[in-house]
Amino acid sequence: MESLPSEQGAVVRRIVAQHRERPGPLLEVLHAIQASLGYVPDGAVPVVAEELNLSRAEVHGVVTFYHFFRRSRPGAHTVSLCQAEACQSMGARALAEHAQKRLGIEFHQTTADGRFSLEPIYCLGNCACSPAALIDGRLYGRLTPEGFDALIAQGTPAA
Amino acid sequence: MSTTVYVPGDAGALSVGAGEVAAAIADEAKRRGVKPNLVRNGSRGAYFLEPLVEVQTATERCAYGPVRAADVPSLFAADFLKGGTHPLSLGLTDSLPWLLTQQRLTFERVGVIDPASVPDYVKHGGYRGLERALQLSGAEIVKAVTDSGLRGRGGAAFPTGIKWKTVLEQTAREKYVTCNADEGDSGTFADRMLMEGDPLSLIEGMTIAGIAVGARQGYIYLRAEYPHAHVALKTAIAAAYQAKYLGADVAGSGRRFDLEVRLGAGAYICGEETSMLESLEGKRGEVRVRPPLPAIKGLFGQPTIVNNVVTLTSVPWILAHGAEAYANFGTGKSRGTLPIQLAGNIRRGGLVERAFGLTLRELLYDIGGGTATGRPIRAVQIGGPLGAFVPPAHFDTAVDYEALAVVGAMLGHGGIVVFDDTVDMARMARYAMEFCAIESCGKCTPCRIGSTRGVEVIDRILAGIDGERNVRLLEELCETMVQGSLCGLGGMAPFPVQSALKHFREDFRARV
Repeated sequence: MESLPSEQGAVVRRIVAQHRERPGPLLEVLHAIQASLGYVPDGAVPVVAEELNLSRAEVHGVVTFYHFFRRSRPGAHTVSLCQAEACQSMGARALAEHAQKRLGIEFHQTTADGRFSLEPIYCLGNCACSPAALIDGRLYGRLTPEGFDALIAQGTPAA
Repeated sequence: MSTTVYVPGDAGALSVGAGEVAAAIADEAKRRGVKPNLVRNGSRGAYFLEPLVEVQTATERCAYGPVRAADVPSLFAADFLKGGTHPLSLGLTDSLPWLLTQQRLTFERVGVIDPASVPDYVKHGGYRGLERALQLSGAEIVKAVTDSGLRGRGGAAFPTGIKWKTVLEQTAREKYVTCNADEGDSGTFADRMLMEGDPLSLIEGMTIAGIAVGARQGYIYLRAEYPHAHVALKTAIAAAYQAKYLGADVAGSGRRFDLEVRLGAGAYICGEETSMLESLEGKRGEVRVRPPLPAIKGLFGQPTIVNNVVTLTSVPWILAHGAEAYANFGTGKSRGTLPIQLAGNIRRGGLVERAFGLTLRELLYDIGGGTATGRPIRAVQIGGPLGAFVPPAHFDTAVDYEALAVVGAMLGHGGIVVFDDTVDMARMARYAMEFCAIESCGKCTPCRIGSTRGVEVIDRILAGIDGERNVRLLEELCETMVQGSLCGLGGMAPFPVQSALKHFREDFRARV
């Protein structure tokens, strides 16, 4: 397993220390690590395990169970396209095909220049404004292929 | 007094430009040297009118929509701050046809108040339920909830009062109130709207539950896909602590109730209550075998209430107005009101709270206006990804738990996703199995393996390979999953597949 650069190790230890006393802290710890580092590096697993007195297998098991936790560095912008039924009824599949072609990647991949990661997501609760997407934490509704291109062309969707 | 302008801060409204509209209003006001009081309210649930801007005039609220940022200068020119007429004028908010036909109890304050303000909440009837609850014994609170006929609005429709009674009767070192805010069903957003538009009513509902059963700690398990609701909840919880409605001395009663939000991490299965408890404990969200029920042995092994957002948010109204007032709404064993969500390919989509008993046809055509694309409705899926597809032949069915069960459907969390006649039902069936395969927790074989095999069998049908035999195999596989799965994911994922085979067999036959 890759070892963690010392500055990341310090971040991880500080986060664990903040949450250690809370009941059932592991998910909170992983969320905080991902919020700080952008992902949960494999090297963080033994550190978290040791600090929380869990086995590495337990921590690895939790990291890999949840779709939200990433094990690799994301692109500068994360684009999540809703692929659930309500969005499908309004063209989400076609939009996803368009997005994959436009960015030249498939779901769960990051562009070679490191600018965009593309993820499927299953329901953003915006089902009366389908199709929906979440880009860098910002929600978009009634998204068309043209609208998608305009957002991507900006490179950095407005915060 | 300055005029109050309401621009929703609801995620759905923001997704179609409410943030830009609010900024444009602030800019234009500054340019003109006026200082309206800008409030970011929840959504009225008429998403076809979002962004919906409201102005509080001397007596009424006037509505304008859908407003784009570019419309803002002309709104000022039309003196909208005094309710002036503009091409986007919708008249008085209270007279909007969308709201006139509804019976809003649980949603009575959503879109009306400032979600972050305790004084505004109290001014609009908030904390009257808690006040009443603090005059009652735990058993009396539970009785009120039981008598109201309230059933779990998350999907399982279990009588809420019975669940609470079980927790009340336990003797334990600690008890917990947990809110299942893992609203993962496609086509549903009632929980999200409540948490963003009136989070204090959820906090009040959970506090009442804690007072009733003797729990001192509450957790809201919120899905990570709802970042806006997360902010709204954290803000409202901080405000409730500040106003001493949470903490060591709830509303001066000497009773303690603490509340915390915990984030999920993108696992649909964590909407299943035992899986949610595992996740709250910081573990993999694998389903627990029942019994024991969570009411007896739940979070950290202690007696635990697990209720959905809409369920808990309905409680303050019931306590404030009385069980009978709530039970007077509805039909048969479906008492009270139901927040229905019209979603997908629908002209007028959004949130409709009505007493149980409306027919699907009234909802889809009279209220929803048919499809957004203008084509005929071919199917609706009710109750999320595990719900059956319902054909137009059944559109005269009433929307209540029992009536829908008669036609092989289930109400679930009250979401209705509309599809027009371009939908490929064999492909939707494949998606149902694929979704189950992606989201299965892996604990039981029928769900973990069955869903993957289901995708493969449907792929063979779609490829025209041995169609008749594979359709029979698919039907058998569905039966195995329904009968043999540990929880509702594997046990219900076949429902959309079976209903597609039953009502839309021609979509499979074309390839046979």
